[in-house]
Amino acid sequence: MVPVSIKLGLRAFLGVSRTAAVSNEAGGKHDPSTYRELANKPAEAGGVRIVPVACNNDCGARCPLKVRIENGRITSISGDDSPDLTHQLQLRACLRGRAMRSRVSDPNRLKYPMKRVGERGEGKFKRISWDEAVDTLAMNLKRTLDGYGPGAVFIHHGSGDLGALNGVAAAQRLMNLLGGYLGYYNSYTSACLNYTAPFITGRRDTNSYQTLRHSKLIILNGFNPAETIFEANSNCYLSQAKEAGARVIVIDPRMSETAATFGDEWLPLKPTTDTALFLAMAHVMIAENLHDQAFLDQYCLGFDEDHMPEGVPAGETFKSHVLGFSDGTPKSPEWAAPITGIEADVIRRVAREYATTKPAQLIQGLGPQRHAYGEESVRAGIVLACMTGNLGLLGGGWGGGEGSRSMGIDVGSLPTGMNPVKATIPVFLWTDAIVRGTELGASDGVKDGPLKSNIKFIFNIAGNTLVNQHADLNRTVRILRDDQLVEFIVVSDQFLTPSAKFADLLLPADHSLERNDIGFAWSGEKYIVFGNKVLDPPGEGKNEYWWLSRLAEKLGFGQEFTEGKTREDWLMQIVIDAQKADPEFPSYEELSRTGYYRKLFQDHVAFEKEIREPAQNPFQTPSGKIEIFSKALYDMNHAEIPGIPKYIAAWEGPEDPLRKIYPLQCIGPHCKRRTNSTHDENAWMEEVDPARMWISVMDAVARGIVEGDKVKVFNRRGALKIRAHVTRRIRPGVISIPQGGWYTPDRDGVCQRGCVNILTSQRPTPLAHGNAQHTILVEVRRA
Amino acid sequence: MQVPGTQVAFFVDSTKCTNCKTCEIACKDFNSPDDSRRIRRVHSFEGGEFPHVFAYNISMSCNHCEDPICVEHCPTEAYTKRARDGIVVHNPQRCIGCRYCIWLCPYGAPQFDPVEGKVRKCNLCVEELDGGNAPVCVAACPTRAIEIGSLADIASRHGATASIRDLPPADLTRPSCRYKVRKEALHAPAR
Repeated sequence: MVPVSIKLGLRAFLGVSRTAAVSNEAGGKHDPSTYRELANKPAEAGGVRIVPVACNNDCGARCPLKVRIENGRITSISGDDSPDLTHQLQLRACLRGRAMRSRVSDPNRLKYPMKRVGERGEGKFKRISWDEAVDTLAMNLKRTLDGYGPGAVFIHHGSGDLGALNGVAAAQRLMNLLGGYLGYYNSYTSACLNYTAPFITGRRDTNSYQTLRHSKLIILNGFNPAETIFEANSNCYLSQAKEAGARVIVIDPRMSETAATFGDEWLPLKPTTDTALFLAMAHVMIAENLHDQAFLDQYCLGFDEDHMPEGVPAGETFKSHVLGFSDGTPKSPEWAAPITGIEADVIRRVAREYATTKPAQLIQGLGPQRHAYGEESVRAGIVLACMTGNLGLLGGGWGGGEGSRSMGIDVGSLPTGMNPVKATIPVFLWTDAIVRGTELGASDGVKDGPLKSNIKFIFNIAGNTLVNQHADLNRTVRILRDDQLVEFIVVSDQFLTPSAKFADLLLPADHSLERNDIGFAWSGEKYIVFGNKVLDPPGEGKNEYWWLSRLAEKLGFGQEFTEGKTREDWLMQIVIDAQKADPEFPSYEELSRTGYYRKLFQDHVAFEKEIREPAQNPFQTPSGKIEIFSKALYDMNHAEIPGIPKYIAAWEGPEDPLRKIYPLQCIGPHCKRRTNSTHDENAWMEEVDPARMWISVMDAVARGIVEGDKVKVFNRRGALKIRAHVTRRIRPGVISIPQGGWYTPDRDGVCQRGCVNILTSQRPTPLAHGNAQHTILVEVRRA
Repeated sequence: MQVPGTQVAFFVDSTKCTNCKTCEIACKDFNSPDDSRRIRRVHSFEGGEFPHVFAYNISMSCNHCEDPICVEHCPTEAYTKRARDGIVVHNPQRCIGCRYCIWLCPYGAPQFDPVEGKVRKCNLCVEELDGGNAPVCVAACPTRAIEIGSLADIASRHGATASIRDLPPADLTRPSCRYKVRKEALHAPAR
């Protein structure tokens, strides 16, 4: 079943003369005409410009690009051409940035303001003028504010085109002037990680990628930079680490591209069982006395009975749980083997290796925390890093997710002001805030509630979470179709995305190549990019600041909103402020010319200060220690929120009886061709990486599925169609469908483009109220 | 075929190649933006049995072979092997789109576009090289897995090989390309 895609053409050699060919270059008769010269008409004198632009897609990086413009059109895109140095690698853009021209020049770009003429969601629109668009918007917003108050307005999660002056921030700024809006916390990216890490270590912190080259052992738990391509150089750093001799173990149900390329060992565990694996590794370390007791004694709370907070009965420690004192079940490798699908001997060997190799770095990707009990995997990961004494050590440590904005260069963005509406919801519950917002309480994660109104008005700017990226699309769409619930939806986007189809008012947005903007990475590299405007938006496309300014004016807050500044003025102000804070920060003109400002990076070791000088730098937890046992969580007295990290069998996990009907676990990993759902429309991306579901040979054979077959994937929530890739690189019993395909239902509601969220559940995780979008049970059959 | 000058060759470190396709897209952006061709492609292979599986990726365009069968047999002499550097250059102006080269090339390097009615293949970005720049794929690769150099130098690198499990035997056309691959990819099963 090796997918030999190179045409071997051996038959071509049968009977073909092997006499040596003669180089026929003589006389210049084949003076090679270059493809590029043939393809592009020679530019007129002075007609060629090479201009720095920015890729502002929402991965963790923002990549500098250079566009070559000939006679007013882009003829090629190149990357960073600064010296490529070991200590300061070029910021090389990935395929998505390199394919920017195919996106920006797509004839399907939205060009004119439009209003809905059919049923909501039907996708039928009529062109209107910008005047009418702003009037409609003003009228509906005013009606909402008058009727329901500002808490009825929701500015949705939208990260499709993020610059310093992005539309979401501008909308927040306007709404704050108008009395506020319903805010949210969390993200779809890292809800469990961000919410949970502070309970243990006081704050979330990760190493910088550059520290990888100091590691002797690297354990990647669902961490897949080769496909998320979260950042320009993470794969380069992994490769450097390997060259420096690091061994890499990858824990992932799929042999991801990361596992295939960099992994020395692949542990194909069952999705949702990461915590069981970690507990079993902890068991081995304790049973064989391999754990770093001195580290635990000095820095941690809750490992054993000698280090517990007041007022907690005996038997609640991590050690007690792992050894089975409290529940009679030792969390041994033999216990974990049937749960995780990893052999006990392998667990034992990996645990020993981790405990005896220093420095060893454990990096958890964001996939494991996007599960039913994602909180627990985050907590268990930190505990292992403590038990091995690796936290705070160069080349050691624990990384939850990838990179951090705090490591970058601090520049400002459009000031949004203060939101007078204090109530916030966990973002994943926004559909619930439509149907029962006023009934939501603290147990639903509402902070500073209750909500005074259900959501009645939605700004959806540069976002596809209104439909595509949210869970359980059939439920989502049912809610959105009812215009008695949400009364008005305004969408600003570059394309008619599945979310844009649900607009009442649809506005054409500009692209980062069509405006000046600053982009900042939150990956860990220290730089900002400046993107120049090199094109005009197609048709009447506008930046959101433009129409929000007009809306503000119409509502009587024009001056307050703009402060008399154009978008460009704000941008210049950001640069001037940055120059005040950092004397080396370049001028606006210089930034525009060079395209980015970068500083030499220093290795960032997470929690280094807290470990090196604990007396001066206690962890920002109630006890000042790393809280392996959290009294705050214990006191919640919630079966799914234990005081110490525990393995809780997931609903729709491998132990759910529902597997009798839907026997396959489905995960929805990020793929290289899209940044979330951005670029799904990009024709070049479709060429290099068409949507495919991975299914194991065993599961495929059992269903009569062969490579390339169109299959139907379904559960009780919905169904989709996609082509199958039959591979040995995925655990039997598991399939994977790359997230981000655009929801394209047929008449029966079956998605034709493989949008995994038609299958996902809206059931939130217990503590963070985050999205568990990788926890799904499904069945597959040939379509 | 002896090249009087120095044979230029690709070196691809497959142990760093993540199949990310950036080379494919960068090449397409430069060389074939308006048609369906991707002159450089990354091929992914897998072997073993679960859970002891391995996989590796081969980024390949034209190998600018020492025995370039396309040069040998093209009826319109659209192919030239440059004397000074051994780069096999295809001249689309001479190409009549007969696709004989596609049938012959064991590596799938020449590609036909039905709209243009012609074949094209990797010319090793000769216009970039002649201007003192790196080929686009080399400059774009995020893990720095693709390099060019003299064949003699590249072939002498530790682990460099053109005999790879899932590729055609290297003695057919003697490709000017060497790979560093994981050990499982070296083993050639009986065909």
